[in-house]
Amino acid sequence: MSNIDPQTVAHTARLARLAVGEDELDAYVSHFRALLDFVADLTEAPLEGVEPMAHPLDLQQPLRADEVSEPDARDAFQPLAPEAADGYYLVPKVIE
Amino acid sequence: MWDKSIAELRTGLRAGEFSAAELCAECLDRIGAAQPRLNAFVTLDAERALAAARAADEALEHGEDSDLTGLPVVHKDNFCTAGLKTTCGSRMLADFVPPYDSTATANIAAAGAITLGKTNMDEFAMGSSTEHSHFGTVRNPWDLDRVPGGSSGGSAAAVAAGLIPFATGSDTGGSIRQPAAFCGVTGIKPSYGRVSRYGLVAFASSLDQAGAIGRSAEDCAWLLKAMSGHDPRDSTSVEREVEDYPALLDLDVGGLKIGLPREYWHGIDEDVAAATMRAVDELIRLGAQVSEVSMPNAPLAVSTYYLIAPAECSSNLSRFDGVRYGHRCEAPRNLADLYSRSRAEGFGAEVKRRILVGTYALSAGYYEAYYGKAMRARHLIADDFRRAFESVDVLISPTAPTVAFGVGEKEGDPIAMYSADVNTVAVNLAGVPAISVPGESASGLPVGVQMIGRYFDEARLLALAHQLQRATDWHTRRPEEIAGEAGR
Amino acid sequence: MDHWQPVIGLELHVQLKTRSKIFSAAATAYGAEVNRQACALDLGMPGTLPVLNGEAVEMAIKLGHAIGGKIAPECVFARKNYFYPDLPKGYQISQFEQPIVAGGTVEIDGDDGAPRKIGIVRAHLEEDAGKSVHDLFRGRSGIDLNRAGTPLIEIVTEPELHTAREAVALMRELYTLVMYLDICDGNLAEGSFRCDANVSVRPRESTKLGTRAEIKNINSFRFVERAIDYEIHRQIHRLESGEQIVQETRLYDADKNETRSMRGKEEAEDYRYFPDPDLLPLRIDPAASERIRAGIPELPAGKRRRYRDELALSAEDVHQLVAHPRLAEFFEAVVAAAPGVEPKRCANWVVVELMGALHKRDLDIDSSPVSASMMAGLLARIADGTISGKLAKSVFEGMLSGEGDADQVIAARGLRQISDSDAIRDVIRGILADSEEQIAQYRNGEAKVLNYFVGQVMRATRGQANPGQVRKILTEELDNE
Ligand SMILES: [Mg+2]
Ligand SMILES: [Zn+2]
Repeated sequence: MSNIDPQTVAHTARLARLAVGEDELDAYVSHFRALLDFVADLTEAPLEGVEPMAHPLDLQQPLRADEVSEPDARDAFQPLAPEAADGYYLVPKVIE
Repeated sequence: MWDKSIAELRTGLRAGEFSAAELCAECLDRIGAAQPRLNAFVTLDAERALAAARAADEALEHGEDSDLTGLPVVHKDNFCTAGLKTTCGSRMLADFVPPYDSTATANIAAAGAITLGKTNMDEFAMGSSTEHSHFGTVRNPWDLDRVPGGSSGGSAAAVAAGLIPFATGSDTGGSIRQPAAFCGVTGIKPSYGRVSRYGLVAFASSLDQAGAIGRSAEDCAWLLKAMSGHDPRDSTSVEREVEDYPALLDLDVGGLKIGLPREYWHGIDEDVAAATMRAVDELIRLGAQVSEVSMPNAPLAVSTYYLIAPAECSSNLSRFDGVRYGHRCEAPRNLADLYSRSRAEGFGAEVKRRILVGTYALSAGYYEAYYGKAMRARHLIADDFRRAFESVDVLISPTAPTVAFGVGEKEGDPIAMYSADVNTVAVNLAGVPAISVPGESASGLPVGVQMIGRYFDEARLLALAHQLQRATDWHTRRPEEIAGEAGR
Repeated sequence: MDHWQPVIGLELHVQLKTRSKIFSAAATAYGAEVNRQACALDLGMPGTLPVLNGEAVEMAIKLGHAIGGKIAPECVFARKNYFYPDLPKGYQISQFEQPIVAGGTVEIDGDDGAPRKIGIVRAHLEEDAGKSVHDLFRGRSGIDLNRAGTPLIEIVTEPELHTAREAVALMRELYTLVMYLDICDGNLAEGSFRCDANVSVRPRESTKLGTRAEIKNINSFRFVERAIDYEIHRQIHRLESGEQIVQETRLYDADKNETRSMRGKEEAEDYRYFPDPDLLPLRIDPAASERIRAGIPELPAGKRRRYRDELALSAEDVHQLVAHPRLAEFFEAVVAAAPGVEPKRCANWVVVELMGALHKRDLDIDSSPVSASMMAGLLARIADGTISGKLAKSVFEGMLSGEGDADQVIAARGLRQISDSDAIRDVIRGILADSEEQIAQYRNGEAKVLNYFVGQVMRATRGQANPGQVRKILTEELDNE
């Protein structure tokens, strides 16, 4: 499992939108390698033919009636925002 | 008052021996006195609590009381509480005051309990020591150089130190049971779906379950009854009536079949194993039949857990992006910078490790090898429980392999910390209920005995634990007084 | 140019017309004040959880049946993970491996005029994202999450379309279909029905697909046609000048009528789809699914066939009438209320007269001042000879301007047709007495002159003479002399 290199970590960090400094990469590489070694018993286990299980209980999705019951709560939520104006949440300009 | 059981407190309040306001004030005093040494709390809500206690006294006087009227409670800081800071032990949410309540805490409030504050925890419930909090390490009241376990370390430490009669916790891979074991208290993680997850900040949605920590199974029964129930706002909550756990504590447990899973004894300290067997012997004296069972896929559980939980967490924590709430970095240059710096600054080291590992386990080319494989193993692990419960009613094992370890002892070795979850994670993967009760150790430090039940068999687990506790005094032992100087 | 064959597949995003969102109980109405229809869940607040709207599921099942797709007995919601400010949770709840509808076909008129069946790969349920505005704040984009969580059904076609016109025909057909199913409000300008087009070209003899570009979010039929046409030409141009096609997302700029590259992504997105652990598998009871199927009204394809084969309508009338369910409904009400009138004549009046009049007044069929029963009344008066086709137009005018039904307008305007042959004969004789020159021309074989006489008679009767009778009596009088 040592196909983990700094580039793998850097790519993963980009996907996860986590700024990882050059100086932190090695520590993450070590952790990735240690963890992937740690889980090798699983990754090497023969599990073909076993159905994946996503949920502990064999239940089905309940359905909600199509009713509007959520009131406007902008004034309760927007003050939590780091930056908002005129009812909008603001982010640095997105150029398309 | 502080060392009384819930049953005694209920009686005392109704008999007018003391008031809810007095009880509340005493707990707040003890919390304040212990805080510098334990650091079990992130936030206190003294004023509102005292006002609520006075209102509870009114209600009691007028006979308008419910199950928990006037009883103080504290919540792990990952339950959203309207108007009360909810940090998840993270810098990301250091100032987050949600305008809404979690269903579990709202249910507890509806039963009359009074929220005194929010307890410290491993950041976003990721950890087994409560050393990974933005608000500092929580200490074990039995030995301040040791960890209280985690991630519900603040709740367990607060109950153990007699700061509060009971507290909520959440358990994704052992986060109620292991700190309960390390702190010498009782903690129950109910079946997946028993308690609503609405408003419980998600770590790993298919594993998370809220539960109760108390000084006895009986005390836990009261809290669990109050917090449980179907919630239409949580699709995974189960439409099934909540049993009256306190009323069922005397359920006949004679003739109960107990299974000792062979795979749960590897790498267990001798002292812990011996304490567990002493508990089993007691249960035999109470009429239980004991046999050995095999859970052949149990050895895969930790690996399975440490792929599934990070995978779900990597997605669940994407919403913390510095846009609508939570930490935002200074002067972001552009959107990408806003995201990656806010998240890098807002999350601590362990959370970042798990987000990265989880992202990797789901990413193109690796999904089948890691996440996919783990989902398959999960099936086998859950089937082990199903099979075992065809021949036994309850499984018993040590909760954790050791007693509480030293603060800083596992720092720098996350994998060693993960390994110690070996006996608790399978329960979450399968979704079955389990309780940890104090055993009797030779070292004098607390040990936990884990009892695992069938789906929705909480009443039986609580009854078994209660009857064990009625026959022994292990759960009544207390650490040296931490809040001693508060006894003004 | 003929050397190349374009290959086009469409992904259509149809907003379902539920009252509340797909996973929350916030309203979906368009045009609310910014962020006032975004509840805790829509904002991605910590601890909030999704609960599925049953109505959205029912609408998806309807669509699945209507395209002859297979309704999955069990389907799964998955998270599509990516970061964008209009996506508050950092993932979109969608369906990946197990969509609610698999397979199906939609029939369109191919470019050669022959009908073509286009395959549908799948249709799945998902949530819409919010909106970003880029021109309101200096150096900032503003995020409005009112639209976040609006239910969408995404319909993915096979790459079986070969021209922009076919692509538009398919889009129109699906649009008509969702209107018939009553699952979408059909408001294109509000983004209720949006199209992404995957376009590639390949040498005509090749069976391998070329590299494709995806044109995102085109929300009008006209723009879809133009955007695809532009893109086909751009690709052929590049290939013919020896350049490669880059797999990328492109945006259509309607003002400049061109597509341009959206973001020069250095690496492809990795959405890390996995089953959403907050939602359970959705099981669809076959009996419930069958009940929904049974409730589906007659669909456009069936209606067209019936109009053509049983009602003998012209291809153009069929096309026009079936395009909108409310129009077809109106037409059928006219036919039902005018039993003696040929459906063809009903169709003609609805398509030409009514549609023309409504168009001029910028009205739609639902706000027509002339109801179906009024229209039938008018047609009945033509059929029983009370008024001529020509007078009918003036009666219709009266009905449009609110003068009442056909009988009221006829009475008020005095438009009753003269069918009394003696009265008509008197008028004709009067005219013929003054028209020696024209009579001579007629006798010389200039049959056209007959029309002149008809015109004179109609003028003298202010249009009220029955034109058939006028012609008949004229001929008699002229030939008898
Ligand atoms: Mg709309
Ligand atoms: Zn889509």
